[in-house]
Parts: sequence; structure tokens; C-alpha cells
Amino acid sequence: MGANVTTQDDQAEPKRRWQDVDLRAVAPFVALALLLLLGALVNPNFISINNLANVATRSAFIALIAVGATFVISSGDLDLSVGSMVAFVASLMILFMNSGAIADPGMMIAAAIVLALVVGALCGLANGLITTVGKIEPFIATLGTMGIYRGLTTWLSQGGAITLQSAEQQDLYRPAYFGVVLGVPVPIVVVLAVTSVAAFVLYRMRYGRHVVAVGSNPNVARYSGINVDRVRTTAFVIQGVCVAIAVMLYVPRLGSTSATTGILWELQAITAVVIGGTALKGGASRAWGTICGAFILELVGNIMLLSNFISEYLIGAIQGAIIIIAMLVQRSLVRKS
Amino acid sequence: MASGPVGGDNIASVRGKTTAMTRDETMRSAGDESVAKAHGDIVLSAQRISKSFSGVQVLFSVDFDLRRGEIHALMGENGAGKSTLVKILSGFEQPTSGEIYLDGKSVKLPPNGAAEALGIVVIHQEFNLAEHLTVTESLFLGREVAHFGLLDRKHMRRETRRVLDMLGSRISETAVISSLTVADKQMVEIAKAISRDARIVFMDEPTAVLSREETDALFKQVRKLRDLGTSFVFVSHKLDEVTELSDRVTVLRDGQWVKTAPTSMLDGESIAQLMVGRELSSLYPQKSEPNVDEARVLSVVGLNTAHVRDAHFDLRKGEILGFSGMIGSGRTELMEAIAGLYPRISGEVRIGDQLMPSGDIHATTSAGLAYMTKDRKSKGLLLGSDMTSNLTLQSLDQHGRWGYLSPASERTALARARRRFDIRVRDAGVVAGRMSGGNQQKLLLAKVMEITPKILIIDEPTRGIDVGTKQQIYHFIAALAREGCSVIMVSSEMPEVIGLCSRVVVMRAGRIVGVLEGDEINEQKIMRYSAGLKQKAVA
Repeated sequence: MGANVTTQDDQAEPKRRWQDVDLRAVAPFVALALLLLLGALVNPNFISINNLANVATRSAFIALIAVGATFVISSGDLDLSVGSMVAFVASLMILFMNSGAIADPGMMIAAAIVLALVVGALCGLANGLITTVGKIEPFIATLGTMGIYRGLTTWLSQGGAITLQSAEQQDLYRPAYFGVVLGVPVPIVVVLAVTSVAAFVLYRMRYGRHVVAVGSNPNVARYSGINVDRVRTTAFVIQGVCVAIAVMLYVPRLGSTSATTGILWELQAITAVVIGGTALKGGASRAWGTICGAFILELVGNIMLLSNFISEYLIGAIQGAIIIIAMLVQRSLVRKS
Repeated sequence: MASGPVGGDNIASVRGKTTAMTRDETMRSAGDESVAKAHGDIVLSAQRISKSFSGVQVLFSVDFDLRRGEIHALMGENGAGKSTLVKILSGFEQPTSGEIYLDGKSVKLPPNGAAEALGIVVIHQEFNLAEHLTVTESLFLGREVAHFGLLDRKHMRRETRRVLDMLGSRISETAVISSLTVADKQMVEIAKAISRDARIVFMDEPTAVLSREETDALFKQVRKLRDLGTSFVFVSHKLDEVTELSDRVTVLRDGQWVKTAPTSMLDGESIAQLMVGRELSSLYPQKSEPNVDEARVLSVVGLNTAHVRDAHFDLRKGEILGFSGMIGSGRTELMEAIAGLYPRISGEVRIGDQLMPSGDIHATTSAGLAYMTKDRKSKGLLLGSDMTSNLTLQSLDQHGRWGYLSPASERTALARARRRFDIRVRDAGVVAGRMSGGNQQKLLLAKVMEITPKILIIDEPTRGIDVGTKQQIYHFIAALAREGCSVIMVSSEMPEVIGLCSRVVVMRAGRIVGVLEGDEINEQKIMRYSAGLKQKAVA
């Protein structure tokens, strides 16, 4: 068309200038760098590889859950049930391992992991179906399942703890959290692997594009032939699987779970996602930013422990302040193009 | 502009020179007789306004003045800088350089709509009404009348009634906004402006969503208010409306002031030429004779939905079939049901010989039917995403296997689409929301065409876009039909239906009330059917 119209603007790609960089995408990494600097000033031990690896390992649970939350939040939803889901999946996993259904401890652990993944996926599926088919606000739907998963855990544990009994299984399973691969703690390896997969799915796969489309405008997505409910439900299932992966690392760490496991983890996960630059109203997803956010949360706690200025009992307040600051920063850094 | 800041500056300076020349010439020729008469009456004027966004200049030293009690039309193609100028004159943006005078005094207008306190009100294209409030609550929003904290509802209702009566509107003052038609919402916006003692009202494409009668009613009120001394700046793409309503016209092109003249000295043709800067020899392409022997590609039998009653029609290969009627006559609902976006209550839709399941957009898409929505901002494009994600959203399967997307393949698609649809942007990474209306519409068309449809349903193809882009879209549709694609064009703009279609279906109140062919297709016939003055049995 338009053969008789001359195009005035040059169509060649302009060079990327520094103004073109999306500030929201780099903001979390800048914040991380500043924190590292601050930490180094507070305590020289802080910046040691050992300490940082420790912090990263401890942030692994929240990081893994938050990767799943990145999908849910990018598609415009919210999952408040993840903390309870951790406790529920972990309880079932340990009870299964204690049941002695499979004699060989290696096989038993493998089967328990599969069970955890299936239960996690089913919990996510339940959240997704209640939200999409039941047409209930995700906030309310997952507030409900949060109570259900927590209640079931309390009932399973009869208010106490569920502990892994077989020492053999414990010894065999321990390296899943405490082990080291090429000098890197296993949890860090798992986090990096899961995030790589998540980033690939979000940025390089059709499903990722659908998630962002549904999150930014479900109407446009629907008019483009995208099955909006399926995309949203799948995001909840991915969240469930991510929770299960976190449980796989959690069980070998303590070999025990209780009714209070994972309390307030949903808030930390959402905080990590928001610090990472994913828009809470959907539409922009940043998998690596999320990991960075989870690391920042743990780092703040670590700095508070190592310094003597602020009581570590204030950590909750500090984390609460961080999410508010992150939102304010996100709002002010409107993308320029 | 791709060669970086240096190239941009060069173009800018060249443009600046041309502007200065044109201005001096036109000032001398058109200015003399009007300046003496109206100089003291100027309420708002802008001098040498320039504006840049992140280094890209969009306005080049533009002059504009508005007299008391006049309707001043602001014309230009998309991207000419009309919206930016309106934003600057209403305080929503600050100019990079230049002066604004209110009642002869230099002012810096307060941002974010605070200029309302100075009597400057903007009626936006997208309404700023809270859907849950009543008409009265909307009018008094933020300045509720209260005594000791208690709302004086009675007084506010009476006042609202007074304003609505003055406007000759029969909207109930207690109606909830969400229950109103688009035209009535527009009326509430205007009532709101008046109740705030607006002296200067900016209207950005107020008639884009209005039917002819609603437009007439609106114009009557605008004229009445003008005679009472209110000044209007009227932004529109509809040339006939501008010549009908306005007292003076200012034309912008590529961010530069081109001409300001009394409307009586211009006609639609000359305004269009000023806007485009070239002859618009053939807005509509040559019509080709419909071939009645061509195969039926789409047939609709007895289709019913919540808004559509018993629709029957056929579409032949290579045909451009028009759908005319008032806003709300059920055209869009019918098309969305055909496209599978909404389920139908009863009836059949066949593409070729294949019966389409109800409410299944996948089935219609794989059968080769594409529907282009009229709502490009809320249903068509992801405004926060770049052109590539928008272009390929509907056709991601083509860009890789097993769910993987190949960036190279998508880049190729974008380059091809930009060439084919002449999408002009300065930066290929721009988000859709920052593109001009015309470019957005071309991008939406490109997106729909990515699935290479055999049947294209295009709903309001030229809503809110400039003449040049309209012409391009008309020629594109005609070329598509010549290549054997069948097109259904739903449009409220009668000239384009008459200019393009070989057959026209007219709908009224959810029913198909008439089908016109050949010489029967004219404005009077379509009008009589859509207004319900005439109805014939449709086979």
C-alpha cells in the first residue's frame, strides 16, 4: 500500500543510547550494588565470598517462590497462598517419606520429590481454577486457599512438627541443600537454573509473550485469540511447581516442618518480585530482577545482623519499608521512549 | 532521524526556516482585515511555542490565538502536533520555549488540569468520568456543595438540571454514568465544563463516537455557548464538520504552523490539501465491478445474540461488503459473534462449507477469518509494549516451533510490516501508546494481516485518523479485495462506505433492515434505512 507516499523518516534502526536503557530494569541491580557497598563499609567481613554465598543460599527459598510469583504477577494476578503451600507440600512430602512405602531410600526420595511436584502443581491448579473458572478475585481466592493449606498442615501435624524419621534418608538427602557443585552451593545452582528457564520462557517463548499480553490488557489478549484463562491458570501451576522446588531444598535443610513453616513468605516473595521491577498491575516481567530482589531482602537482614546500629528485630519493618520504597521508585521511573 | 542527534538538528533547523517563511507570507495576506477587528478579543494566545520530547522536536515555533466567542478548529494529520499543542495550551505540558498569554498577560499554566481554575477545560477523547457516580455527582466532583460537611444534594441536583436543560439534554441528573450512552457521556463532560464556568473549552475529536444526530445536537449546544462568549478549540479529522461548525481554522503540518484563516475562506478540499501538503487526487480507489458468480466464502444464517436479531447475509470472494447503521445498531456485536469472540444464541456461521462452532475464535482464525476491532486502544494494541510484540501477538506460531520465538523472524516480520503499511516512527523500539493514532491503526491492521486472512472484517477502519492515512487504508482494502480477499467493512462514516463498497448492509436496532447494491448506495438511502424510515424484507 501507499506506493505514492514517500516515507520521510529513515527506517534504519537507531543506535542504542544510554537514554534508551529501561531504568526500571536496571534499578534493582543498582540498588544491589549500593547495598554491597554499604555492607562493605559496615563490616569488612560482609563482602567475603563466604558470607555472600551464605546469604545467597539462605535467599534461595524466597527466590524460587518469587520466580513463580513473577509469572502470576506478570499475568495480572496475585498468589497469597504460597507460604502455606510450602508448609502443606513439605508436610505431605515428609509424611510420605516416613510412610515406608518404598524400601530403597534413594527411590523413596525420588518418589517424594515427584509427589511434591505433583502436589505443588495441583495446589497451583486449584488456585488458578478458582480464580479463572470461579471468577473470584485472585486476592480473595488465594486468601481462601492460604487458610485451607495452612489448616490442612496444622491438622496433619496435629499442631506440632512433622519430622523426617529415617536417618538413612536424611543422610542421603542432606546434600540437596548442604552440597556443593563446582564450589557453588546447590541451592544457588538450583536458583540460577530455575531462573534461566523462567527467563527463557518469559522472553523467548510464546507462553511468556502471552503472559505479558494478558497482564497488560486481557481484552487485547482475548481479541488476539489468546485463551486468557488458560494462560492465567498455567501461571498459577508454574507458581505451584516453583513452591515444590523450594520445598525440595527446604526438607533436607531441617528434615522437619511445622504449622508455622513459611509464614509470611508470600509477602517476602511479592516484595522480591516488586523490588525486581515487575509491575504489580501486570504486564512487565523481570525474572532476573526478581532473583536480585530476593537477594536484596536477605542482604538487608545480613547487614543488620553484622552492624550494631539497628536491632535485627526490626527486620520486618525494614522489609516493609523496602517494598514501599520499591513501589515509589518504580512509579517515578516511567519508561522513556 | 536515525543518524543520531546531529541529523535531527539539521532537519529541525531546515524546518524552522520554512516555517518562518510561510508564516510571514500568510500573515500579510490573510491577517490584515481580521487583526484590527478582533485584536482586543483574544483570550488565549500562544507565541512561538516549541516542544521537544526526549530530544525529538514535535512543535516548531507555532503561533495560535483564540478569540472570545469563537470556534477555532485545529487541523492536521496524525503526528502534526495538534494534541501536543492542546496539552500545552491547557497546561498539561509545558512548552520547551515560547510564551502563552491569557487575557493578554503572559502566564505559566498550572499542570495536571489545575488550569480549570482559570476557566480552561479539556474534554478528552477518552472520558474522565467515574462510571459509578451519578450525573450530579460527576458534575460536582471535587467541589461538592456542603453545609457544615453535609452535602446539599438538592441544590446540586437542581443546578445539574439547570445546566442540562440549558444544553437541551434530557439525561436524568440522577442517572449513573455507566448506564449512559457514549453520546450522553460526552454531553455530561460538556455539562461539567460549563458548570465549572469554562471560558475556553478544548474538544479533542468530540464526534468520533457520535452518530449524525448526536453530532448535530452537540453542535447546536456548542454554537449556543459560543454566542454566550465561550471559546472553543475543536480538534477533528472530519472536514465536513470543521467547515460546518468552526469560525476559523488553524492547520498544522509536521509540527509547524501552516495557516490560520476564517473558515469561510476555505473549503474541505483546500483544508485537506493544507494538511497533507499534496493533492489528494483520489481519496477512494477505483471501484471494481463485483462478480456475482464468485463463490460464497462466508454465510450467516439466522444469527441471534443478546444484541442481534436474526441476521442473514452472504459474503462473496473478493467483495467489499459495507455495514452501515447508527452506533449501537448491533453491527459490532454481529461481527464479534461471527469472529467467535462472543457466543451466539442461535444461528449458523459458515466459512466456505465449514460450520463454525459458537464462540470459538480459534476455529474462525484457522478458517482464515480475521477481525480488526474498532477499539484499538483497549482491545487492539498493548499500549505499553513495543511494535514487535504487538505485531506478532496474534501469529506467534509463525515465529518458531515448540513455543520458542525466533527474534530474527520477528524482526523480519516487523521490517516487512513497516514497509507494507508505511508505519512511520522515529524509533523502532517505541511503545505503541506513544505512536500517533494513524500509525497505531496501521500497526493494528498489520497485526491482523499477519495471519493472512481470506476474510477480513474491519470495524471502523479510519476512526480518529488523518486523511492521508485514510487514503492509504482505503487503497489497501481495495487492493486486498482485488487479490481475492473478502472484506467486511463496518463504518459509521458514510462517505467511505459509499466510496469503497460494492454492497452495503444497513442495520438498525440489532436487525438487518436493508441491503443496497450498485447505484442504490447513496447517503439518502442508507440514512432512510438506518433511521428506520424504510425497511424491506431481507432474504
